[in-house]
Amino acid sequence: MTRRLSGIPASIQRGFRRSVHRAAAAGLLAAVLTIPGTAALVAAPAMAQETPVRGGVLNSIVQPEPPTLMLGLNQQGPTQTVAGKIYQGLLTYDRKLNPLPSLAESWTVSPDGLTYTFKLFQNVKWHDGKPFSANDVVFSTSKFLMEVHPRARAAFSRCESIKALDDHTVEFKLKEPFPAFIQAFEVSSAPIVPAHIYEGSDYRTNPANTTPIGTGPFKLKEWVKGSYIQLVRNEDYYKKDLPYLDGITFRVIPDAASRSLALESGQVQQTQYSDLEPFEVPRMKTLPNVTLTTAGYEFVAPMAWLEINHRVKPLDDKRFRKAIAYAIDRKFIRDKIWFGLGRVPTGPINSVVKFYDPKVTTYEPNLDKAKALLDEMGLKPDGKGVRATVKLMPMPYGETWTRLGEYLKQALGKVGVSVVLESTDAAGWAQRVANWDYEITTNFLYQYGDPALGVARTYISSNIRKGVLFTNTMGYSNPKVDELFDQASRENDPAKRQEQYSEVQRILSDDLPVVWLLEMEFPTFLDKRVKNANTTAIGVNDTYESVWLAK
Amino acid sequence: MLGFAQLFASRLVKAAAILIAIVVMNFFLVHAAPGDPAMVMAGEAGAADEKFVTQLREQFGLDRPIYEQLGTYIGKVVQGDLGFSYRQQRPVWDILAERLPATLVLTLTAFILALAAGVALGTLAAVTVGTWADSAITVIALLAYATPIYWIGLMLSLLFSIQLGWLPAFGYETIGAGYTGLAHVADVAVHLILPVITLALFYMAGYARLTRASMLEVRSLDFVKTAKAKGLTQGRIVTRHVLRNAILPVITVAGIQAGQLVGGSILIETVFAWPGIGRLAFEAVLQRDYQVLLGIFLVTSIMVILFNILTDILYGLVDPRIQVSQ
Repeated sequence: MTRRLSGIPASIQRGFRRSVHRAAAAGLLAAVLTIPGTAALVAAPAMAQETPVRGGVLNSIVQPEPPTLMLGLNQQGPTQTVAGKIYQGLLTYDRKLNPLPSLAESWTVSPDGLTYTFKLFQNVKWHDGKPFSANDVVFSTSKFLMEVHPRARAAFSRCESIKALDDHTVEFKLKEPFPAFIQAFEVSSAPIVPAHIYEGSDYRTNPANTTPIGTGPFKLKEWVKGSYIQLVRNEDYYKKDLPYLDGITFRVIPDAASRSLALESGQVQQTQYSDLEPFEVPRMKTLPNVTLTTAGYEFVAPMAWLEINHRVKPLDDKRFRKAIAYAIDRKFIRDKIWFGLGRVPTGPINSVVKFYDPKVTTYEPNLDKAKALLDEMGLKPDGKGVRATVKLMPMPYGETWTRLGEYLKQALGKVGVSVVLESTDAAGWAQRVANWDYEITTNFLYQYGDPALGVARTYISSNIRKGVLFTNTMGYSNPKVDELFDQASRENDPAKRQEQYSEVQRILSDDLPVVWLLEMEFPTFLDKRVKNANTTAIGVNDTYESVWLAK
Repeated sequence: MLGFAQLFASRLVKAAAILIAIVVMNFFLVHAAPGDPAMVMAGEAGAADEKFVTQLREQFGLDRPIYEQLGTYIGKVVQGDLGFSYRQQRPVWDILAERLPATLVLTLTAFILALAAGVALGTLAAVTVGTWADSAITVIALLAYATPIYWIGLMLSLLFSIQLGWLPAFGYETIGAGYTGLAHVADVAVHLILPVITLALFYMAGYARLTRASMLEVRSLDFVKTAKAKGLTQGRIVTRHVLRNAILPVITVAGIQAGQLVGGSILIETVFAWPGIGRLAFEAVLQRDYQVLLGIFLVTSIMVILFNILTDILYGLVDPRIQVSQ
């Protein structure tokens, strides 16, 4: 909450200045950039002064129930939250998205930005007792994930070679510099899977998929489909005395009202992501036994927008899109539809993501400007005051998105843009958006810690691919934008990268390929007895190795 | 008795034909919905590329022509194989078998309770027609019938779980308690109370209203007057003459509802996080998990057909005047 009240620009500028300083200093001091494993201790919050105690079971919610917990094969949100305790990536990230150790104890990046070398922790064992080694990392990143994981495929296909230098050292050599590569080792982006189980098998049908074997602090004990998933302490975890908890139980509770009741009655001690509808949040945060935080979603950094099909007239005209932007009150959306959760965006990059620049064209609500733009286009109101009619298909992801659709219909109606609402379900929505069979829809995408990983994909013309979701489905194309995103993805110098991303943000905020609505924040409710939870940029999806329950 | 056997046999043959028609129709219906499981999974992953969707379609067999898919499916169903859910990576039979006990214990208990209470209350209302007891029963039945079932569920849960703390708010059993034997039965029973009452209230309302209306109709018929004239006791008239004749429409409705018991109740199962078939079906629709959905449809169809036949037989037992027409 404090983050929202204190305002964005100051903290962002601070963060940015610091990272530039650090990069410059590192460049001067050493040819090789080394980030020591002790970073985790430094990043641990000051409130961990109380002495942790062993024992206790944390109860949370898993919703919707995932089809599998094999994280390499399925990266649905709930799968990540549960399987993030079973599997591990090489790295995790602090709130500013700087890398922290997970399976990798330390790492170096060569000055030319082409070689990434990871030192792995010793004595790590898989849940079946077999030792973990560099070979598992090589297998996961060069074979398993390349076959089944779209995001990992995009990252690791940039490697010329992936080699195990010894049992505990892995070296990735890139074909060309790709500074965002360091953000690609988070647990859902690149979960490390056991080579001894998957090598040579059909990954998707391997019987072991039902009994996930990871290296994490918790093991799957029982999964009663439709009821609960029970994780228990991994007694052989490689960090001494960790984890503190005896186990974590995730309950499947399909009804949103029942989920609120579960938190209210203390049957669960944690809720995350969309477990609770935003309209429940004001009520729940007054409960005496829980605290609310919106931190811990910096890595996903979701950005919601109006997705506009540029193949449809008059939506191809940027004056029309600007008129829409002026007609919408985004502060109202944040305060009245999301009940204060989130931040009003300025441009394509979420303000918690690196290289965000607030100095862009912004659109305050202004009905006169909107009408003037429509007049300029020659769209005059007819007898009923209607200038144009558009079809809006709200994202079928719950009540809040439906309410947003209703608001948009009203807001656009005020400037003479008549909106026809179309309804659909998740499968129908995916099908229609991927195949460009829509006029306007609402959508949100995760930004994964770096514009090259989570932002460029929406705007570059090489990513206009029919039939594939989360691409440039609008059909927006600007050669300058393509060029800037391409250059920035290969630029080793952070200062130059910043310039390129700043320019692209300025162009996009003027072209307005989509109308950004909200930098989304999810509410995490934690029982006050739960300590040390949610400390990194992946928040509730992290391992929870040092989480403990006060008696 | 030969007539009966013949009837039964011819009904079974007809049922088989109906079943095949149902399977084919369901198949096309399910595939007519926009989107497919591969698209849903791509949507859930938050990232996708061509290879991801193509691989999934190949694995699910969705890249084959639709008639070939239908042929494969019918071929399997005839052999008693309901197929394989690629989403859940398990055979459909296993998934259904896992959910069936929870569903049956919920719906059967609620059904029996509703039927017994509904007929009893309906009879009481009809016998005391026009008095305060009749009015009370009618109003309660109307309220229970008209109030959204999920709302009643939430309110009961709010009262008995949150306020009073007597009963668990949701779930099938206490997680991690590891009860066995009688302790396990008791544990499930405690969890069962709220969902059963909620579901039974709704069904009960229907039966009570039906029984009352039907009894009032029969009560004014001539043979009831005759029975009265013969000097039979009130109790005997009500049970032997009125109720026995008035119960036929109740049996019809109960027969239809009994067939749907395996289908579970989506709303109740959702509100109380009950791991039953209804929720499974609903989720399968959203996820376009064709095989699971078709499996549930098929099992439910079979039960409906079976219970229809049973109902016909029951008619003959309750009312011997209903004869097999040749």
